[in-house]
Amino acid sequence: MKQTAGDLPARPVDTGFGRRLADDEKWLGRVMLAPAITYIVALIGFPLLLALFYSVSNVTVGSYGWPSFVGLANFRNAIGNPAFPRALWNTLVFALVSQFFVMILATILAISLQREFRGKWVVRLMILLPWVAPISLGSIGWLWMFDSVYSVINWTGRALGIFGKDTWPIWLGQPTLAMGSVITVHVWRLLPLATVILLGGLSGIPKDIHDAAQVDGAGVLRHHFQITVPLVRPIALVALLFGTVYAFTDMIVIYVLTRGGPYETTQVLSTLAFFTGIDGGDLGGGAAIALFLFPVLAACAVLILRFARQAEVT
Amino acid sequence: MAGERRGTITSPLSRGVNFGVIAAFVAFTAFPFFWMVITTFKQTLDLMNPANNPFLFNQPPTLTHLRMLFQETAYAQWLWNTAWVGGIVVVITLLLAVPAGYSLARLSGSSGEQLGIGIFLTYLVPPTILFIPLSRVVTFLGLTDSLWSLVVVYPSFTIPFCSWLLMGFFKVIPPDIEEAAMIDGLSRFGAFVRVVLPISVAGILTTIIFTFTLVTQEFVYALTFISSSAKFTVSVGVPTFLVRGDVYFWGSMMAACFIASFPIAILYNLFVDRFIAGFTGGAVK
Repeated sequence: MKQTAGDLPARPVDTGFGRRLADDEKWLGRVMLAPAITYIVALIGFPLLLALFYSVSNVTVGSYGWPSFVGLANFRNAIGNPAFPRALWNTLVFALVSQFFVMILATILAISLQREFRGKWVVRLMILLPWVAPISLGSIGWLWMFDSVYSVINWTGRALGIFGKDTWPIWLGQPTLAMGSVITVHVWRLLPLATVILLGGLSGIPKDIHDAAQVDGAGVLRHHFQITVPLVRPIALVALLFGTVYAFTDMIVIYVLTRGGPYETTQVLSTLAFFTGIDGGDLGGGAAIALFLFPVLAACAVLILRFARQAEVT
Repeated sequence: MAGERRGTITSPLSRGVNFGVIAAFVAFTAFPFFWMVITTFKQTLDLMNPANNPFLFNQPPTLTHLRMLFQETAYAQWLWNTAWVGGIVVVITLLLAVPAGYSLARLSGSSGEQLGIGIFLTYLVPPTILFIPLSRVVTFLGLTDSLWSLVVVYPSFTIPFCSWLLMGFFKVIPPDIEEAAMIDGLSRFGAFVRVVLPISVAGILTTIIFTFTLVTQEFVYALTFISSSAKFTVSVGVPTFLVRGDVYFWGSMMAACFIASFPIAILYNLFVDRFIAGFTGGAVK
């Protein structure tokens, strides 16, 4: 596992095999890359194939020996289960709505942060916090803010007169509010990442391009839409696709805040796969549900490849 | 971040709007953490009285919640577990990703770019697809309910990410430096070890911070593979174990969340510029 090229001698006066390898670019490159590739294949490629294999077999947590082939029964059961179409729909709503808000807010924030000002370091720290802190712990902070009795949001709303005497929203206990709450927390979590990527794109635009536009007399709006936007677009798309993958496949926020409740209204594919496969012990069924995430992932991967090439700002 | 802005509009009004926008965003992102700190030092009776103004200390601050967290729960053990797993994963990641990053940047010719993106894309394969087969792999390896299961599995997402990051760092080192060293009699590999690595310390430090951050954030695998409470990492221990039935120890929970979040955020902030450079530098020729 831990094979590195580190045990090759690199003495200047050595004409043995080691020295030849240490100078042969092609083979040295391969030797240095091999351990990482091996690790990735063993722990991502192989489990991915195993997931496919499990999804067409009757494997459970307690079963030993060779699982038997059951064809598409797991997929049929998954689709036939009334919880499944709802989870699929919830996944779409959760991912698309949260990404919509993340992109809009991140654009506004990135543009505001471009300017130099005093205390930027602290501001950046504050904005990065939701992304850096372990998200399961950040979600617990929100759990406390959404508490049905002691919610600080409700208290403030009432103090400011936004909520009337009879309004006391139970954020995580009412279906629409619960979906809104988990989306809010997810936006909160992904906003810093999208902002940072967009800022990188904005500051990557060479200054002379801006200068040239000004010399040519482009107005503020025209400058923005004809120079800045097209140059940032590829990297913005990468940020969007990244966030989409996270939103479609993440389960932490929902697991901590609602466990898929109330009445399965916030159950998404990933949480359903977890409750089916790990808590329920039906590994085959869980694997089949999780595999429905794969087309989204593949599509995002292909698109990222395309835009990453365009993003090469030279 | 180089805030190069064209000096078109810097009227006091636009500056005021800018400030307002940033203040609103900071309130949104940082409030939950501010709330964790306030809650940590409040007495339970103060917390559990809906008539009280939650923003004020209606009773004197207390250290009870912190004491309880460290004396009556396994929290310190979870911190230690997280650090231990993080440390070993950092070592494995560096051993594999540093040579891989260099190989992608310098030795893989024109295919390096494609390979690099290919490796990076594997980082996107989410735990929520892999945790079911990996749970069987962990059982097969005899690592069920052991921290070693995390040590083995975590590099599967840190290596792709860090190989990409390091590729970006190595790309921006001028090749002349290595060429000069090779003219002086070092081999290609010798030049990498003795010349490139010493000047890449900052990039490698960035990689260490990010690997460690990824490890502390991971939730799904730890939740799936670990079952005994003494072996939890922080990110799983607090949400599963400190929440007992309907009794929530809010003060201690908020302390637990804040203590595990803040130090790493400060470190991360120190290195975020380099991170952006590496992240986008990987795509920039």
